[in-house]
Amino acid sequence: MLVFSFGMLMLYPLFWMLMSSFKDSNTIFTTAGQLIPRTFTLENYVNGWRGFGNVSFRTFFGNSLFIAFFATAGTLISSALVAYSFARCEFKGSALLFAAMLASMMLPGQILMVPQYLWYRKLGWVGGFAPLIVPYWFAIQGFFVYLMRNFIDGIPKDLDEAAQIDGCSYYAIFTRIILPLMRPAFVTSGIFSFIWRWDDFMSALLYINKTALYPVALALKLFADPSSSSDYGAMFAMAALSLVPVVLIFFVFQRQLVEGIASSGIKG
Amino acid sequence: MKNYSSLYRFFNRKSTVGVVMCLPFIIGFCLFLAVPMGISLYYSFCEYNILSPARFTGGGNYIKMFTGDKTFWRAVKATFYFAFVSVPLRLIFALAVALILFKQTKMTGVYRAVYYLPSILGGSVAVSILWKRMFAADGVVNILLNSMGMDIHFNWLGNTKTAIWTLVLLSVWQFGSSMLIFLSSMKQISGELYEAAEVDGAGGAKKFFSITLPLLTPTIFFNLIIQLIGGFLAFTQSFIITQGKPMDSTLFYALYMYQQTFTFSNAGYGSAMAWVMLVFIGIMTWVLFKTKKFWVYDQG
Repeated sequence: MLVFSFGMLMLYPLFWMLMSSFKDSNTIFTTAGQLIPRTFTLENYVNGWRGFGNVSFRTFFGNSLFIAFFATAGTLISSALVAYSFARCEFKGSALLFAAMLASMMLPGQILMVPQYLWYRKLGWVGGFAPLIVPYWFAIQGFFVYLMRNFIDGIPKDLDEAAQIDGCSYYAIFTRIILPLMRPAFVTSGIFSFIWRWDDFMSALLYINKTALYPVALALKLFADPSSSSDYGAMFAMAALSLVPVVLIFFVFQRQLVEGIASSGIKG
Repeated sequence: MKNYSSLYRFFNRKSTVGVVMCLPFIIGFCLFLAVPMGISLYYSFCEYNILSPARFTGGGNYIKMFTGDKTFWRAVKATFYFAFVSVPLRLIFALAVALILFKQTKMTGVYRAVYYLPSILGGSVAVSILWKRMFAADGVVNILLNSMGMDIHFNWLGNTKTAIWTLVLLSVWQFGSSMLIFLSSMKQISGELYEAAEVDGAGGAKKFFSITLPLLTPTIFFNLIIQLIGGFLAFTQSFIITQGKPMDSTLFYALYMYQQTFTFSNAGYGSAMAWVMLVFIGIMTWVLFKTKKFWVYDQG
């Protein structure tokens, strides 16, 4: 019973936001004590969707989807290659590189905020999507390499050897034996990567300066700016909508998420 | 033909394949980690406003940071307070809830999901703006308290004592992922240990303190380090909810670093701050590893 009411208390803010988004915008705070709106209205969604200037949330969602999709694709492909190298094809210095990767895993992105900004500026990347996508094609998130390497370690080496006897090169072993077996690792990594990229606010804040290129996370901040008119109904409506993809992933892939966290023992 | 086959053999050697497959990481590590950090190390010794060329000033930024910048120290204080309060609280919470859920059987799956959901949503901007509205003077927290008979019109975000606690609460609210990690570690503890303890007449508390907790210390240790580092660099919450206000009481290190670089155009100073934090994290991790032998159970 205690566990139940505590759980409800935990979810209350989220319910409250969802329900408020269906209330008449100027009654949100006068009726904040009542969770269920007296009359449901979709007006907030219509108003919020219009967005800012001439840019609607259709564009913002499109941008977020584009960034999250391509950054995730890059992460999966590059991390799988590197994980295979670490797991199966040791070379001189690979232990050292693996250690470097583990160390970089401990570094949060914020510490690289200023250094990377200065560097991407030199590369002429500021103002576009490049800083939000290109680095992810180079396995920069050690977490995923680590997760996939552990997964490959679990695949019996007999399979490799059998394939080798049949004349497979190391590349062919990767594409024909390892990759098909890695599906579960791809699913777990894919959903984590997608969620993190979808929620990534800081890089968007640093690198995107045109409203038409804003991802959802950055667009939502416009509602919170003191200068913008405070239509709280529209703000809650769009905030709730921005959580929909993540919540959907959560319900569909709950098992993989839980296992991913449990087996890697970190993050989330 | 002979050349071709030796070239072919070279590219199929295990070590060559290893290097080739590892290339994305090697390039990425240099290009997106080592080079930026190297450049910023140089800039940290310069006066640099991004637009005009950098001017070398030696250790000027570092001297100013440690001796002349009161705001820097306020940021350090707020950050330490946040990290050293929110991380232990979150871990204790995660452990307590994991213990409760571990015993239950039927509903555990549902509760696990309910408690985990905030961790997966908590980092988003959506939740940050929700938090901001919840704790405003006319926000839902006050309205709920008032409806319970209290008469409160207190602005939680406007007071130097309470503003940081709204951020701590947001962070503790996301205890779910740590809870999952504890749950999975607890499952790995052999049931025989508990049975043996029961034969010796150990009660619930005794079992917890002499079996469960010691065997969880490696997990606790690892999560403590990772989450402390994350706590030292908390950014989005303070950027959106409080902007460091009031009176710099929630001005987190990462936020001040951002302001110095992008608001005040002191990229040199911002670079120096990044390096100071990097060195600090290195030292702290090293010290924590040194304390390991005193409290972390060695499975070996």
